[in-house]
Amino acid sequence: MIDRVRLGIGDRLSLIGWPVAAWLAALLVVAPVAFLATSLLDPNLEVWRQQWDTRLPGQLYETVVLLVGVSIGTLVMGCGLAWLTSAYRFPGSRTFGWMLIAPLAMPSYVLGFLTLSVFGYAGPVQSTWRSVLGENAWFPPVRSLTVAILVFSTVLFPYVYLLARAALRDQAGSSYEVARSLGAGPIEAARRVVIPLLRPAIAAGTAVVMMETLTDFATVQYFGVDTVSVGVFRIWRGTFDRDAASEFATLVLVFALLVIGLERVLRGRARYGQAAGEAAGISPRRLRGARAWAATAVCGSVVALAFAAPAVRLALWALEEAARSDRSLFSARYLEFLQNSLVLASVTAVVCVVTAWLVANARRFGSSSATGVAARLTAVGYAVPGPVVAIGVILAVVALDGALEAIGLGLPGALATGSFLALAYAYAVRLLAPGLNAVESGLDQVPVDMTSTARSLGRRPGAVAAHIHLPLARTSVVTALVLVAVDALKELPIVLLLRPFGFDTLSVWTYNLASESRFEQAALPALSIVAVALIPVTMLSRQISRREAAVTDQEWRPGHG
Amino acid sequence: MRSRTPVSRRSSWWWLLAATVTAAVVSTSCSGGDDQVVRVYSGRHYDLEQAFEQFSEETGVSIEFLTGSDAELRERIEAEGEETQADVYLTVDAGNLATAVERGVFAPLDSEVLDRAVPASLRDPDGNWYGLTIRARTIVYNPDAVAPDEVPVTYEELAESRWEGRLCLRNSSNVYTQSLVASLISHHGRDRAAEIVAGWAENAEIMANDVLILESIAAGECDAGIVNHYYLARLLEDDPDFPVELVWANQDGRGVHVNISGGGVTRYADDPDLAQQLLEWLATDGQSAFVDGNHEYPVNPEVQPEPLIRDTFGVEFKRDDLEASTFGALNPEGVRLMDEVGYR
Repeated sequence: MIDRVRLGIGDRLSLIGWPVAAWLAALLVVAPVAFLATSLLDPNLEVWRQQWDTRLPGQLYETVVLLVGVSIGTLVMGCGLAWLTSAYRFPGSRTFGWMLIAPLAMPSYVLGFLTLSVFGYAGPVQSTWRSVLGENAWFPPVRSLTVAILVFSTVLFPYVYLLARAALRDQAGSSYEVARSLGAGPIEAARRVVIPLLRPAIAAGTAVVMMETLTDFATVQYFGVDTVSVGVFRIWRGTFDRDAASEFATLVLVFALLVIGLERVLRGRARYGQAAGEAAGISPRRLRGARAWAATAVCGSVVALAFAAPAVRLALWALEEAARSDRSLFSARYLEFLQNSLVLASVTAVVCVVTAWLVANARRFGSSSATGVAARLTAVGYAVPGPVVAIGVILAVVALDGALEAIGLGLPGALATGSFLALAYAYAVRLLAPGLNAVESGLDQVPVDMTSTARSLGRRPGAVAAHIHLPLARTSVVTALVLVAVDALKELPIVLLLRPFGFDTLSVWTYNLASESRFEQAALPALSIVAVALIPVTMLSRQISRREAAVTDQEWRPGHG
Repeated sequence: MRSRTPVSRRSSWWWLLAATVTAAVVSTSCSGGDDQVVRVYSGRHYDLEQAFEQFSEETGVSIEFLTGSDAELRERIEAEGEETQADVYLTVDAGNLATAVERGVFAPLDSEVLDRAVPASLRDPDGNWYGLTIRARTIVYNPDAVAPDEVPVTYEELAESRWEGRLCLRNSSNVYTQSLVASLISHHGRDRAAEIVAGWAENAEIMANDVLILESIAAGECDAGIVNHYYLARLLEDDPDFPVELVWANQDGRGVHVNISGGGVTRYADDPDLAQQLLEWLATDGQSAFVDGNHEYPVNPEVQPEPLIRDTFGVEFKRDDLEASTFGALNPEGVRLMDEVGYR
């Protein structure tokens, strides 16, 4: 028994190895951002003053309203639907369980444009409305902050939904059952047991949602919403002042740090680990009659509005376009675009999740707060708008190239910029955070006691991570892979800027057409992004169904109180 | 048995993934060879492929190109420095071209062919860049909503209060809006320009793109607006009865505001002579192939525009001959002005 206290050399090495890995990851993420942040050393006060006197106060206000609105929207939709599909059985509940993830495949800029074209003044809805109620009939303004909030909530709620559902299934569900069997009513059980257990998942999901909203600059412009990110791009592209633009980008960063801080607070100090291994999950109750159909209607309308209707609209456009032009529906290079998109998304997902896994475990094994800081730093990339990351990566790679040349190890020219490696690096910098959030929220549910027990029984950290953490957090790891892959498929500014000659993806193709306002022609590539993004989403949903089937097979049903 | 299958399937997935990645990395890092190649970074997307293919057929020089947004591509060339692969940088809007000069992206050219083909107001005085296509930003209106005697004929009158609630205009983040406002500053001085833009802001619904503006005018949400002429040409190509009319602005005065797309040879081009040859071809023999598909006007006065705009919009109209380099340099001032008067 005394033996376990003495550390072997391997042990020492692996104890040093974990934090080093975490810090290396943090350094790689921070380097490109730091290159741009140097502009802050010599701030352009005139631009700041001019902005403060004109648009900045409005931008701050609209950014805050947008972020708060979208978090409330995604929280209500994400948690509500996760609870509904996990805790109850109603017609179609199994199917909805995975279909509700589908909106994730829809880029927000696509849904934003579709919303305008369908509900806008010239669109079919308002035209019908006017023909029924008269020319001057009132209709709520579509180009507005409120509609922007609704659009973002509709495409982003699956981030919260996924993590909340995973948490309900893995851990919180069985605790709820225990609480209920011990006599707690459903609301009390939810309030005292489920919500605290869900908190890490909800906090992680909401943080991802807020970052996505914060760095968007295409969708908001459709709705005339003026956020700080829009401000950065106006300064950059309008006044051609890169330094001032990167100074303003730090404002976006400040918002992001607030979000990260908020997430920490929400997640709380406590570690709500569960003792159970493979959790039994929640056992759903059957809804009957009107309540059952109401539940079906709610889920059905969300799926219809967020996914089915937009997809059909895109498909109709694509068909109309094909009928109109004599050109073939599919570009000759379609398969190439598809392959490039798939390769890029897979590589990014694997790189991000492996790194996230290392960092998350490093935090678990290293008690030092330094590792925690490193973990938080890796999230920085997600808070920086894509084009800013891309420019930072070019500068970093060129600097690295210069440094290597100085010691006689020059990279081949093509590797320095515009290479697949630089592209994948930028993607990883930008998308590590959603991966890490998902992985951490899974790992947080593994009790700390379990880790320390395994360690004290002589298992090395690597073995603990592989044989104890991984099986318990498996759902979260898969979720992380899916989230990153889907994000990578939709990502545009980075691939646009860093891709090598001839490396076009589906999103680049969509952009080339959409930027010329050729939306009907852009329908097919946009639809292809959605279709391809459905692949990882389906993989995830299959896993969900499999696990649910396993849970149901156990037929573990406590009596009702 | 049951647990075996998914494992082996998974590992074959991994192999497939690894193989494709290797292929992608290898294929992208081994580009280049002995053939003559011009590499182009382009912020203009439309019809590049057709024009470039034609150039390759005629000259045997192949072209590789990369599309993107103007500002980012310029940043990429700057950041790449001497390592850049770009021989030619093409972009839309005079402001972008002016900034590229300021940042030292271009190497000045000395080309008689280009000087003859491109009118002086549409190229850089020092030969850093040359305009290649012309787009006019002008007034459009719905003939059902605007009586013949009140059709707006100047940018300035759209600021009058009779247009309140009747205009659709493009947002201030857009370069075309910025250049138009820059031209107002140049002609009227800052104070008068601010008055006009404030009037627009008062009267207009601000939109994210020109197609939305045209569709809103057609549907009756607003009666008039300002757009680039080729967006209307595209809609007319699909639907000849599209209910929006175009009027060339300020014909009794300085003429309609015209902007350009154009390009130059980069400072660190691998083969500047070939790059120059491409630009010369685009401004002469290649003009039609380059401008027609997007319904733009050729810069070269000897080349006829394509039939749809020639017949519908006409060729004989007065163009504001303010130098592109002048209003290009005023773009940032235009953005600040719009901020101050609350034009979103």
